[in-house]
Amino acid sequence: MKLLTHNMLTSHVKGVTKGYPLLIKATEVKVNEVDFNPQFVSRMIPKLEWSALVQAADELGQRQDLPGELVPEYENNEEFLKKVHRVLLEVEVIEGCLRCPESGREFPISRGIPNMLLNEDEV
Amino acid sequence: MATSTRQSCLKYLLHLAQDNLDFRLPEIKALLALRGKPFHSSGNFIEKCPFWCMDGLSEEDVRGVMARSVCAKSAFELWGHGQTHSELKTSLLKYPTENMSPFMHKDSTYRINVYTFNKTLEFEDRIKRIDAMDYLPFEGAVNLKSPQHIFCLLEDYGTDPNDIPEHPNYIYFGRWIADGQRELIRSHSVKNRHFIGNTSMDAGLSFIMANHAKVNKNDLVFDPFVGTGSLLVACSHFRAYVCGTDIDYNTIHGRGRSSRKNKTWRGPDENIRANLRQYGTEDMYIDVMVSDASKHVWREAALFDAIITDPPYGIRESTRRTGSHKDITKPQDAIYEDSHVPVSQAYHLSDIFTDLLNFSAHHLVLGGRLVYWLPVYRPEYCVEMVPLNPCLRIISNCEQTLSSHTSRRLITMEKIKNPEELDSLAYLADPRFSPYQGHNAFREKYFSGVNKRCGKEDNKSAVNGE
Repeated sequence: MKLLTHNMLTSHVKGVTKGYPLLIKATEVKVNEVDFNPQFVSRMIPKLEWSALVQAADELGQRQDLPGELVPEYENNEEFLKKVHRVLLEVEVIEGCLRCPESGREFPISRGIPNMLLNEDEV
Repeated sequence: MATSTRQSCLKYLLHLAQDNLDFRLPEIKALLALRGKPFHSSGNFIEKCPFWCMDGLSEEDVRGVMARSVCAKSAFELWGHGQTHSELKTSLLKYPTENMSPFMHKDSTYRINVYTFNKTLEFEDRIKRIDAMDYLPFEGAVNLKSPQHIFCLLEDYGTDPNDIPEHPNYIYFGRWIADGQRELIRSHSVKNRHFIGNTSMDAGLSFIMANHAKVNKNDLVFDPFVGTGSLLVACSHFRAYVCGTDIDYNTIHGRGRSSRKNKTWRGPDENIRANLRQYGTEDMYIDVMVSDASKHVWREAALFDAIITDPPYGIRESTRRTGSHKDITKPQDAIYEDSHVPVSQAYHLSDIFTDLLNFSAHHLVLGGRLVYWLPVYRPEYCVEMVPLNPCLRIISNCEQTLSSHTSRRLITMEKIKNPEELDSLAYLADPRFSPYQGHNAFREKYFSGVNKRCGKEDNKSAVNGE
């Protein structure tokens, strides 16, 4: 699971009102090289919840020097876009789980794939 | 004619493949829309004909369309046309010399092809056709192997192979500009794909769907019923970033029984990511997840540029979602540690479509497109059955016939406004959903028709295009 996906996911446990962002508990994290594409990163930034991204990168120990605030005029700031690119697309959670911040329900991640299914008694 | 008007009076001829007829015009229109251009046919436009004339375009537009189209075979700058060869000659002699000369001067090399539709010409006849073009001021040298310019004489003998006329119905002559992407149908054939399933979408239709969806470079595309990821393969080829979900744990993880003949189990690394890797587009892979399309796992935001999917309709893949029946039996024992398979319940087709349209209304960007298949029982079909949503406008609706009584329709919708509170209830009052109400409503009709024609080989395999 990449952090771009994590940034878009929310808890859908019944009755939960504050299910975002999901907490990440990772036992295996990998950094895979992905071609840097400044146009795509620039396009995605307005769609991101920035603080959730920073928090997620922190949880995985992959924040490096990613700023806590979105920098202005980031479209032309290649150095910044590269940092965002790395956390969005290159850092991957291979094993671990996503935890609903309100209910504590955990969604397992195995072989890089989150399982978001709820059990029959939870829906 | 003045040189300054050159661009505006140029016409282009498209030669289209004579299959998936219904899908061609929406594809070309979508690809033109990607370039901000409308579709203008010129002259007598017949949609089912393999040749279309278009105007109001630049050569760049035409090249752009051809770099994406799997419906079009080739495009030409049209220099002349007519119902007979003498009409063609008159037309060609009227074509401005200044438009011709850059491609015919002394130092250029060229070749003339003769193409006939619905008729095969003998070699000598082809040569005769070329020799008869000697009224054109070709000054360059013929080079058959690698000419600078290729010209083509195209003769249309109609579309009925049982009634081929002696003389062509129509003749075109033009300069070849570009070929389409028909080659993708072969290079991306599911026959040679690493990871497939029972209902993998055939390559040609996958690319057509991506084109109808106006999938563009750097888009983010989502498939909520991703299966083995055929649609993601097509979208990633057009340099869109892709993600998908499926309720089936084994499919997403590439586990379980293989869909291939002579192979019982799926091998390691048979998964969607490996499929993208096979075609060199792994960089476009975002994620796939095990998730139920009827549940809201995505944060409320316009995240996706396109949603493109083939929902299960109960023929080869069951329609289901997680949830309980009245008497819950003990959940199945987990095979893999995170693979608890929740009891699933019937997912009514009407609900699948309501959820899909509603999801798209919330999660598409404005102007983003939803492309999906709607199964249809043909004797009962009418256009009013196509589900609506106040935030989505229908762009096209194309039929692929599966059998005498069933077909599926490729529906393309575009998001025109953001949802308001009342919109989510609109469908409740809409009578359109009735044909799809009841679990397996389509499945029952599908098989009732098959049983009536018992003994006859039905067209089931076409559902999967394998």
